[in-house]
Amino acid sequence: MAAELHVALVAADREVWSGQATLVVARTTSGDIGVMPGHQPLLGVLESGPVTIRTSEGGTVVAAVHGGFISFADNKLSLLAEIAELSDEIDIQRAERALERAKSEADASAERRADVRLRAAAAR
Amino acid sequence: MGAQLRVYKRRIRSVTATKKITKAMEMIAASRVVKAQRKVAASTPYAQELTRAVTAVGTGSNTKHPLTTQAETVTRSAVLLLTSDRGLAGAFNSNAIKAAELLTERLEREGKQVDTYIVGRRGLAHYNFRERKVSESWTGFTDEPTYADAKKVAAPLIEAIEKDAADGGVDELHIVFTEFVSMMTQTALDQRLLPLSLEEVAKEAAPKGEILPLYDFEPSAEDVLDALLPRYVESRIYNALLQSAASKHAATRRAMKSATDNAGELIETLSRLANAARQAEITQEISEIVGGSAALADASAGSDR
Repeated sequence: MAAELHVALVAADREVWSGQATLVVARTTSGDIGVMPGHQPLLGVLESGPVTIRTSEGGTVVAAVHGGFISFADNKLSLLAEIAELSDEIDIQRAERALERAKSEADASAERRADVRLRAAAAR
Repeated sequence: MGAQLRVYKRRIRSVTATKKITKAMEMIAASRVVKAQRKVAASTPYAQELTRAVTAVGTGSNTKHPLTTQAETVTRSAVLLLTSDRGLAGAFNSNAIKAAELLTERLEREGKQVDTYIVGRRGLAHYNFRERKVSESWTGFTDEPTYADAKKVAAPLIEAIEKDAADGGVDELHIVFTEFVSMMTQTALDQRLLPLSLEEVAKEAAPKGEILPLYDFEPSAEDVLDALLPRYVESRIYNALLQSAASKHAATRRAMKSATDNAGELIETLSRLANAARQAEITQEISEIVGGSAALADASAGSDR
């Protein structure tokens, strides 16, 4: 059996996803980081960006995460985010509309959020 | 129908209508308590993980941060009071307000100036009526608070604590909210949220003396703590908002239940009185008829002679 780590992706008001995985890739403030089982204990600040989780069944889960933290210890990885959405929960049309609106209003943070959503949705 | 009886009948009708309304409100509140409790439960994993992370940074590094360091002399404190927008919840709001006033009094005795922040229309109305100064207030979301609401509340508080007391900032932050203990018990209590005592947080995160691993901080312990602490405060405020909402619904349910019970009792008493009035009316009618016919009989007997 391949080594596995337990992943919990939690948003402020719910648990978004949890399960076993072999690799998690997330974007921290100092760059993308990949965590595999047996990684050294880690606590980092996440940027807005897509998080990719390779599950032990061979599937891939992609989620859009807006700010938060990644913490890893004892083969347990937690991704804490104020807002987190799985790629299949994302409404592409709504995200596109939000992107256009953000562009016209020159709202940089809203634009980035919408962009992250679209990228996560495209990766599914 | 006699006047007395009609008055009783009318009162019974009005109390029955009231009873129906309070019964409906009781059932609505009961379903909302369950929903609110579920929200409290759903927010727990985030709060737990965050507490763990704060402990990890706090114990794994010697980082100093304005949100964790105790000011030498505290000149000003902020008190955040959580009440509800709507009443009909028994002593829920007055208990919370009383707790806040006790805390304010205590802080003022210690020579601290108190800034009051209020959530909920009820608390705001109480303070406005007494013309006390309220630094900031929020209303409109107390029944179903979202995380965005908690962020909105936390932002000016965090800003105030990061400022120096001399520039209008505060040194401490206290929160007064109603803890949801069970369906029957809710207690108003005050907690000091900031400055954060890392020892207490550590106790909460690892009650069994569990040793936390040595973390690798990305990008650095200071940056992680910087990002972590405001989130921690927000999540605590969110949790307090949710507990307050659940408590409010439970208090409403209880108040409405006793209102319904009282209405039932009132209807019973009024029915008894109405029955007595009806009976008295019938008795009177009979005695009037008997008396009338006796008088007639007497009169006709007299004319025969």
